[in-house]
Amino acid sequence: MVLSVQNVKKSFPGAEGPVPVLRGVSLVLERGETLALTGESGSGKSTLLHLIGGLDRVDEGSITVGGREVTTMSDTERADLRRSDVGVIFQQFNLIPSLSVQANIAFQARLAGSYDENHAKQLSEALGLSDHLVKYPEALSGGQQQRVAIARTLTARPKLVLADEPTGNLDEATASEVLGQMLGLVRETGAALLMVTHSQSVARRMERHVHLSQGHVV
Amino acid sequence: MIWTTLAALMSHWRCNRLQFFAMVAGLALATALWSGVQAINAEARASYDAAAATLGEGQFDQLLPRSGDKIDQSTYIALRRAGWQVSPVLEGRLRTDDGSVRLVGLDPLTTPGNIAPVGMQDDTTLDDFLTRGVIFVPPDVANALEGRVTQRVITDPSIAPGAALTDIGVAQSLLDAERRLSRLIIAPNQPMGLPALDQIAPGLVRQPAQDAGADRLTDSFHLNLTAFGLLSFAVGIFIVHGTISLAFEQRRSMVRTLRALGVPLKVLILLMISELVVFALVAGGIGVALGYVIAAVLLPNVAATLQGLYGASVAGTLQLRPEWWLSGLAIAVLGTGFAASGALWKIAQMPLLASARPRAWSVASGATARRLGALAAVLFATGAGIAIWGQGLTLAFALLACLLIGAALALPLLLRGAVNLADRKARSAMWQWFWADTRQQVPGMSLALMALLLATAANVGVSTMVSSFRVTFVDFLDQRLAPELFIRIEDADQSPDLERFLVSEAPEVLPLLSVDTEIADIPTELFGVRVGPTYRENWLFLDDSGNAWERVAEGRAVVVSEQLARRAGLWTGDSATVAPELTLPIAGIVADYGNPFGQAIMSEAMFRRLHPDVVPLSFGVRTEDPAELRRKLTEDYGLSDTAITDQARIKAFSLSVFERTFTVTGALNVLTLAVAAFAILMSLLTLASIRLPQLAPAWALGLTRRRLGQLELLRAVVLAMLTTVLAVPLGMMLAWVLLSYVNVEAFGWKLPLYVFPGHYARLMLFALLAAALAALWPALRLARTPPSDLLKVFANDR
Repeated sequence: MVLSVQNVKKSFPGAEGPVPVLRGVSLVLERGETLALTGESGSGKSTLLHLIGGLDRVDEGSITVGGREVTTMSDTERADLRRSDVGVIFQQFNLIPSLSVQANIAFQARLAGSYDENHAKQLSEALGLSDHLVKYPEALSGGQQQRVAIARTLTARPKLVLADEPTGNLDEATASEVLGQMLGLVRETGAALLMVTHSQSVARRMERHVHLSQGHVV
Repeated sequence: MIWTTLAALMSHWRCNRLQFFAMVAGLALATALWSGVQAINAEARASYDAAAATLGEGQFDQLLPRSGDKIDQSTYIALRRAGWQVSPVLEGRLRTDDGSVRLVGLDPLTTPGNIAPVGMQDDTTLDDFLTRGVIFVPPDVANALEGRVTQRVITDPSIAPGAALTDIGVAQSLLDAERRLSRLIIAPNQPMGLPALDQIAPGLVRQPAQDAGADRLTDSFHLNLTAFGLLSFAVGIFIVHGTISLAFEQRRSMVRTLRALGVPLKVLILLMISELVVFALVAGGIGVALGYVIAAVLLPNVAATLQGLYGASVAGTLQLRPEWWLSGLAIAVLGTGFAASGALWKIAQMPLLASARPRAWSVASGATARRLGALAAVLFATGAGIAIWGQGLTLAFALLACLLIGAALALPLLLRGAVNLADRKARSAMWQWFWADTRQQVPGMSLALMALLLATAANVGVSTMVSSFRVTFVDFLDQRLAPELFIRIEDADQSPDLERFLVSEAPEVLPLLSVDTEIADIPTELFGVRVGPTYRENWLFLDDSGNAWERVAEGRAVVVSEQLARRAGLWTGDSATVAPELTLPIAGIVADYGNPFGQAIMSEAMFRRLHPDVVPLSFGVRTEDPAELRRKLTEDYGLSDTAITDQARIKAFSLSVFERTFTVTGALNVLTLAVAAFAILMSLLTLASIRLPQLAPAWALGLTRRRLGQLELLRAVVLAMLTTVLAVPLGMMLAWVLLSYVNVEAFGWKLPLYVFPGHYARLMLFALLAAALAALWPALRLARTPPSDLLKVFANDR
């Protein structure tokens, strides 16, 4: 089991006291599995993804990634978790604008100390980025930038890939193409994938589907 | 992880080279001005230390002749026989081919403490010094003595500049002053039960250690220079603060990404600090090198100013002293730390999931501007409190700091107010947009405009102070240097005969009698003067009770200098004890600029009754034909030409000292203004990239790029104009504080404030020109921005 989420609760401060966003969510994810997390706006999808990635802290409950308990980790340990075991793909790409495409792709693997040039090259070719390696992100289209973000994540060979609406900023055709490439590559690397999405068509391409509503799994 | 993260951080600077240049150049300029001033100060202080160490100046009590300028050697012998631990010193000018050298003879066996050149610590040299004759000189004097003396000349950098040190016997021989001495140094530890000094040597007067007056003067001069250096540094730090804030703002998204990818916050902060320290050291190094150049150019003028105004000798050449280049590097690192601390704090506090969209780079949003305005009001109130109740030089500078920092903090609020006012008057849509956009621009340009405000105000303030001093001093010289010729003789026996000759040749002769004394425990020169038309018509009083000269002439009153009045708290109408059992009322206060000692003036007749053994060695002579009288004095009477000085030469020398002072302050003014212009340029250039989203809609709605460029230039000039208009009254207040508080605390006299409207108008023009030049390039860049770049603003695909 790559991921285990048990009875996770999380609330945020509001004008009239704490606003509960997650009211006891549980789920598990096995190695190589893909899971779509859907739900209406404000249902807590992105919050759950952030908690799993150690980007935020739970109020209650337990999250283990690769057998390591995330909720009790220090900031440094959570940073270490993101470096080595978890890869996060954002809707806004979050590339480093001052680094070339090639340097961006290699970046996370270099941080984790696991950079493999051949692997990076294969991923670049598979994602159609070979002709853009010396360019800077600002010279790429949105679809190309998201491909770079996917390559960056997968080059580090994470156990778990967390994707927060990775195709939300792309047109339908490009989104479909990018998603297909991502799913193919995730399967090749054997990583588990948890993807937050609004799109039912995207969700249908995942092996499993979990719907969140008002902070509960339904 | 470390290297990968560091490479990512550094890549920001590679892509933003202008920003990098602005930061390094701002820091280098700031450090240059600071370390340049520190280099000058360090050199001057080293010269004072050398003088104290090799000549014993100010370190020990000394015995000086009560009248005349030499002590007979028999008096020294009598003191030693009586048990007094005193050491003889002979000083004089030794003529060289291109001027003269101050030759100091001392007796190394009896000098107290460590008064000796470093080289003399060696026994062999001491043996040479005593038996064969050795002269120690600093490097600048070595060549001058070449071939002039038969003694061995040893170069020793620890010797005071312009001086030569030798055994007293050698000095007596070279100066043709057999058995004569200039002064006796009194060792600090003396045997018990010694006979009183005035019993053995009634002709000598004891001068306490430490010439406090001259020290205070030179200290305050250096403090002024340091304050100027600090102000320039502050202006430079504004640039650094601006660029670092912008750079960190632009890197917010990178920081968020790096953290999301697993770089711990602590590592990130540490790497950013390391990055900044490296930049600070590189920029600091460049700044120190530039500072060396500035100091080397300015030092000769500073040395001449110190020599001319305060009589303090400073070497005119610069040495690479570790204390100032280390302090230059240290202040570069500290300044960078100060400039970056806010940005680093924000990064450290930024939640990992915070929005990564770069916020508007602002120091002052409306609310912030109001908060800064409130802080400025607190500072102004504190300044007013200091002005009313405070005393002391430190508080006077604290008052300056309150005034300048308060004005800088109030600037965004004042500019906002002015722009709002203009906005309300705007008629067309374009001008409404212009003023609204200007208001939005104010926060981003605040730091640069604060720098311009401080630089211009410092210019106005310092120029007003120096110019007021100049006007006052020229007027003072006209009063005091009324006699056409001044004569100074060495031989007291010659005095009565010379006076008779002068009286027979000139309509008015003004003998000057003087002794050193103390009035109200303040070291004072007591003068006896022959009150005549010259005093009555030329000398003006700062304060008097009427008929002052008549009362002085009749022996019913004295006149005192402002320094004595302020230090002793004695004013017109008070009484001063000028001699034991003689107390006279004070009839008036006269100015006496440039003199650290107090002065009291009484009539010649009364002075002669009090000090019958003192004869005048100086005479002022009124004549309608100075050249003819000079000829008669040298050819008919046989007086040496060097004993006669004409009024015009003294005035010319005094004014030349001022010209050199002007050179120093003028150069610092120009440099500070240049740094402020640079701050504006850098602000506009760095803001240009993040201003496209504000300008693109105006372009899309019909304003041409050329028009946008023109408006951009106009905006910078308008903001600079508003700033300089505020800077003029601020500068006047700065000058008022300098003249009425700092001057009184540091020098002991108050100067009248003169206003120079023409100068301020010219300065404002320069400031506007500097701002316009600074804005020209960014405006041209904007006018040439490709439409594709403007269109990117509307593209959501990115």
